[in-house]
Amino acid sequence: MIWNESKECMSRDEMNHLQSTRLVKQVKNIYHSVESYRKKMQAIGLEPGDIRGIEDLEKLPFTTKDDLRDNYPCGLFAVPRSEIVRIHASSGTTGKATVVGYTRRDIENWEECVARILTMANIGSSDTVQVSYGYGLFTGGLGAHYGAEFLGATVVPLSTGNTKKQLTMMRDLGVTAICCTPSYLMYLAEAIEEQGILNDLVLKSAICGAEPWTENMRREIERRLHIEAHDIYGLSEVMGPGVAGDCQYHTGLHINEDHFLAEIVSAETLKPIPDGETGELVFTTLTKEALPLIRYRTKDLTSITHEKCECGRTTARLSRFKGRSDDMLIIRGVNVFPSQVEAALLDVSEVSPNYLMIVDRVDNLDTLEVQVEVDERFFSDEIKELENLTKKITHVLQQALLIVPKVKLVEPRTLQRSEGKAVRVIDKRKLI
Amino acid sequence: MRMNQISVFIENKEGNLLTVSKILKDNNIDIRTLSLADTSEYGMLRMIVSDEELAKKVLKEAGFPVSITPVIAVRTNNKVGFMHDLLAKIPAEIANIEYMYTLPSDEGSVLILKVANPDKVEAALGQ
Repeated sequence: MIWNESKECMSRDEMNHLQSTRLVKQVKNIYHSVESYRKKMQAIGLEPGDIRGIEDLEKLPFTTKDDLRDNYPCGLFAVPRSEIVRIHASSGTTGKATVVGYTRRDIENWEECVARILTMANIGSSDTVQVSYGYGLFTGGLGAHYGAEFLGATVVPLSTGNTKKQLTMMRDLGVTAICCTPSYLMYLAEAIEEQGILNDLVLKSAICGAEPWTENMRREIERRLHIEAHDIYGLSEVMGPGVAGDCQYHTGLHINEDHFLAEIVSAETLKPIPDGETGELVFTTLTKEALPLIRYRTKDLTSITHEKCECGRTTARLSRFKGRSDDMLIIRGVNVFPSQVEAALLDVSEVSPNYLMIVDRVDNLDTLEVQVEVDERFFSDEIKELENLTKKITHVLQQALLIVPKVKLVEPRTLQRSEGKAVRVIDKRKLI
Repeated sequence: MRMNQISVFIENKEGNLLTVSKILKDNNIDIRTLSLADTSEYGMLRMIVSDEELAKKVLKEAGFPVSITPVIAVRTNNKVGFMHDLLAKIPAEIANIEYMYTLPSDEGSVLILKVANPDKVEAALGQ
């Protein structure tokens, strides 16, 4: 099934034409309503009239997460606050959150995009969809929720955690599809095996996203749960989950190209590179009203193909993600930057800002250990004091990162100094 | 009597305690008594040594967090009930003993007490 054939199966010429029309309109809109982007264009002598179609895209300046930070919280919004109906946020690079907004129309487009991807996963109005992404500022929970509801499915909004309840609901309500992170689904699979309830379930598909995973992990999930697992991609700056997703052929993630214009550029030169070659994914939001972004650098590394898919869709497809061009980590679906840890530790006077993050995956769940050096000036020989210090650091980091790390106090000489290229992160996770 | 105790933070890593004992040996520092408090992540080695200032200097140079803490030393009489009688002398409002251990000596054991208010406790004990 295809949710919206008129948009998902357009000829390349029709899509180019639609994207060009929308790009011209969007550039004019941003130039007139977003001061910081107008200044960027003026700085290089570019006027809205210079952009006549997608062939002129390369002339436009990039937007980065730093632009969102510098204009925190709502400086890049292109509409008055009265038109904003929803706010979401993700982690910024240095403690300040990245705030995003949506108009009524933005939410409708988001629902449409998610509905298309759920349809790719063979989910329809007679399905019962369990949403086990976090609800709140994170886009995962509400994004999947609204899309599934728009599709007409029965939504069970469980959010994250409480595995026992997740499984009880899944069984008792006859849940047929689940939206969650792939690592959490692996964790659920284990719990299902332990309880021996697989045969009581009618689960048939999973839509997994918010963190990188591999083809092998997909097959492993499918084998253990007897379901079909699909990939969904998105980022809050551009919209949230639903920017792209994979169909039953699993040959790349179909981009909702009528809303999001994708480019792959070289991470070094920032020049566009040909189909099939790996580079940084860049998005221009063609229809976003509240927070339109031009050439937003996602820092995600992937490649693109414009070939028609066997499923009948003609939309361009992204290959599986191959990593990041910056140092962002995705831990339990949450974006974490080492710079956030550094900024948070500066608030704790009893420790030095030297730290080491060790990321691992234990029993299919991501773990984060933060090693912090005891500062000699504040060293106490009472274990009670050291334990209080550990608790304080844990709390400060939890506030900054939105996940609970395990804090370990270490001797001062243990960690590398910040001069040169100190290793701040050891990622032991092996994606099976 | 007041004594100076040296405390060393030791991560639970192979060979770490050995490093500390070697440094003390190489500098001819005598360990008169010690207590090792352990958690799952690290240990706290508390010692009464022959020269705590030298011990502090050399262990610090090796990168160990070190502190010198004043503790109260009370000679015991090796009689049943000594500890109870001693502790009972401390008024409840200042009786906050962080930890204690013993130091053997030729004239019998010495109790080492770490308290929050050493002056008040010493006065109460009549030391």
